[in-house]
Amino acid sequence: MEALKDKLESSFLVLENELNGQADTAVHGLRREAFKRFLQMGFPTKRHEEWRYTNLKPILKHDYRIFPKEDTSVEFKDIKRFFLSDQDTYKLVFVDGVYSSWLSQTTHQGFDVCTFSNMLDKYKEVSDEYFAKALPKEEALAAVNTAFAKEGAFIRIKKNITADKPVELLFVSTDHGHEIMTQPRNLVVVEENAEVTIIERHQSLSKSAVLTNTATEIFALRDSRLNYYKIQNDNETASIIDSTSVKQYRNSSVNVGTFSFGNKLIRNNLNFFIEEEHTESILDGITIIGDGQTVDHHTLVDHKVPNCYSDEMYKGIFDGNANGVFSGKVMVHPHAQKTNAFQKNNNVLLTDKASIDTKPQLEIYADDVKCSHGCTIGQLDDEALFYMMSRGIPEKEGKALLLYAFANDALRNVKLPALRKRLNKQIAIKLNVNLDFEL
Amino acid sequence: MLKITNLHANIGDKEILKGINLEVKPGEIHAIMGPNGSGKSTLSSVIAGREDYEITAGHIDFEGEDLSDLGAEERAHKGIFLSFQYPVEIPGVTVTNFIKTAINETRKARGEEPMPANIMLKQMREKMGLLEIDSAFLSRSLNAGFSGGEKKRNEIFQMAMLEPKLAILDETDSGLDIDALRIVASGVNKLRSKDNAIIVITHYQRLLEHIVPDFVHVLHKGRIVKSGDKNLALELEAKGYDWLKEEAAV
Repeated sequence: MEALKDKLESSFLVLENELNGQADTAVHGLRREAFKRFLQMGFPTKRHEEWRYTNLKPILKHDYRIFPKEDTSVEFKDIKRFFLSDQDTYKLVFVDGVYSSWLSQTTHQGFDVCTFSNMLDKYKEVSDEYFAKALPKEEALAAVNTAFAKEGAFIRIKKNITADKPVELLFVSTDHGHEIMTQPRNLVVVEENAEVTIIERHQSLSKSAVLTNTATEIFALRDSRLNYYKIQNDNETASIIDSTSVKQYRNSSVNVGTFSFGNKLIRNNLNFFIEEEHTESILDGITIIGDGQTVDHHTLVDHKVPNCYSDEMYKGIFDGNANGVFSGKVMVHPHAQKTNAFQKNNNVLLTDKASIDTKPQLEIYADDVKCSHGCTIGQLDDEALFYMMSRGIPEKEGKALLLYAFANDALRNVKLPALRKRLNKQIAIKLNVNLDFEL
Repeated sequence: MLKITNLHANIGDKEILKGINLEVKPGEIHAIMGPNGSGKSTLSSVIAGREDYEITAGHIDFEGEDLSDLGAEERAHKGIFLSFQYPVEIPGVTVTNFIKTAINETRKARGEEPMPANIMLKQMREKMGLLEIDSAFLSRSLNAGFSGGEKKRNEIFQMAMLEPKLAILDETDSGLDIDALRIVASGVNKLRSKDNAIIVITHYQRLLEHIVPDFVHVLHKGRIVKSGDKNLALELEAKGYDWLKEEAAV
């Protein structure tokens, strides 16, 4: 861990030397400040309350390259499978942290689907207003990302515009025979009464260890609507730490779906900051993992103002010796009257070795609110299984159908048919059955 | 078709069935009656292959084959159907999806191709008509939020779709009002043929007014203590079970 910290320190100097006169910009000031914070905090250990259940040590001990060599050998056929089929989309593709224009399909017509670096170059007013304004300062990994923030997606949907196609973000890591660490940084601004759907994936094409330390800041301005889906299904030498913070303004509606099936370790820090009234915030998640895998969801919904609605539903299925963590904080401030905040975390453990630590935390300081939370940890219902078997459905398929049904609720806000189909198929694959669920 | 010989079955250390003998031939309807706790539901569960029960003696033959080593789904593939007293709610699985999976898994086990979707849909419509089921029903989650009557109708609907050789109706009348009872019974009657058989398990005579049995058996303390024709059910309705309990005690 100390070795990686030292490496990041020297790498930060390299980054500064390459800035060519941009070292005095406001953005770089924020980078510097973030890096200083990281140096003070260090990497989190299990002694930190927010990291009690997940040990980062095995992930941080690798000798990652911080600035991988540019790789231009990736072709569309290598990554086609990661995109939705039968669905035209805007695409932003990054290879080892570097933007790949020939694999991407961007736009500036009516709205911007382009790169973070482009935004830094051309839209100073945007970076001044939004960069590093949503992520909490006390998250060490988010601070590292901010310090190294150079590239990623920039999506700005302008006022009164509904994006004509969904946007797919794909971050690919390639095999250099080296372990690599990337720091993708995304900024999403959905302006007044605008709407967009975004799908984000990180995929390693390498057998070496990959650590993706990604951060995304989302600003949903008044009356805007955003659907943001994360598909986390990378190979088992890849780990991801994802810090995503959303700021919501009056009458906006934001839905973040996190679907975690792969990777060695996944840590999601998902924060919603409710800045103005009459917002709707939806957080859904499905986790299906097995041997050697860890998925840790930390969520926060910060109700600072009255008359807002939030609904959170996370489902987990844990096989083999998989580890799951769910920590869901809902904060209702004293002035946030008439808040409706709901949270559910339901888990099924398929073996004695699988584990889940689930910690709902509701802190409610207002008295006229409707809030509920429920956590369950269970096994499959034997009675339901017998019912299915008595109708001719074999045990394996019966179990899969029950698990599918259990998880399926959390697809409630996936409206895009191509994505729904993809997720359904993925769930069937993870449950190791071939059932035709679409009817 | 079904031949049960000296069947003893336990749950845990407790013996529930203490020597059942029963033979059911194609085309027949048998009613099994008896007071609470007499072992009626245990008998149906054991035939259907519920694993919680242990058969300690005797055996169950279905079409000449011993069922004891077969799992519940294999028994279903052979044509045994159990209509549950308390159908299980499965949120997230639609009625259509469930029936489709059940039919095609059964066909797969029999070495047949999956049923084409259009034929399945046609059959569903036909059988829904028989049971006066609304088509909106198909896209609802299996039994979730169904009324008692809807659950039982759904059981018979599944039976109609799966076309079993032997159907065991476990307290299908409980939770049904008189209209629903009539619809369910007439549905069952329309599914009767000379090739299939039905075992009706019930407390009361009223279902047997609609589904008329060829044989009535009274179960008490894990044994069949009396068998007769449909008149036995009427006698039970008039006199209760006590006289049989006394007779059995002698």
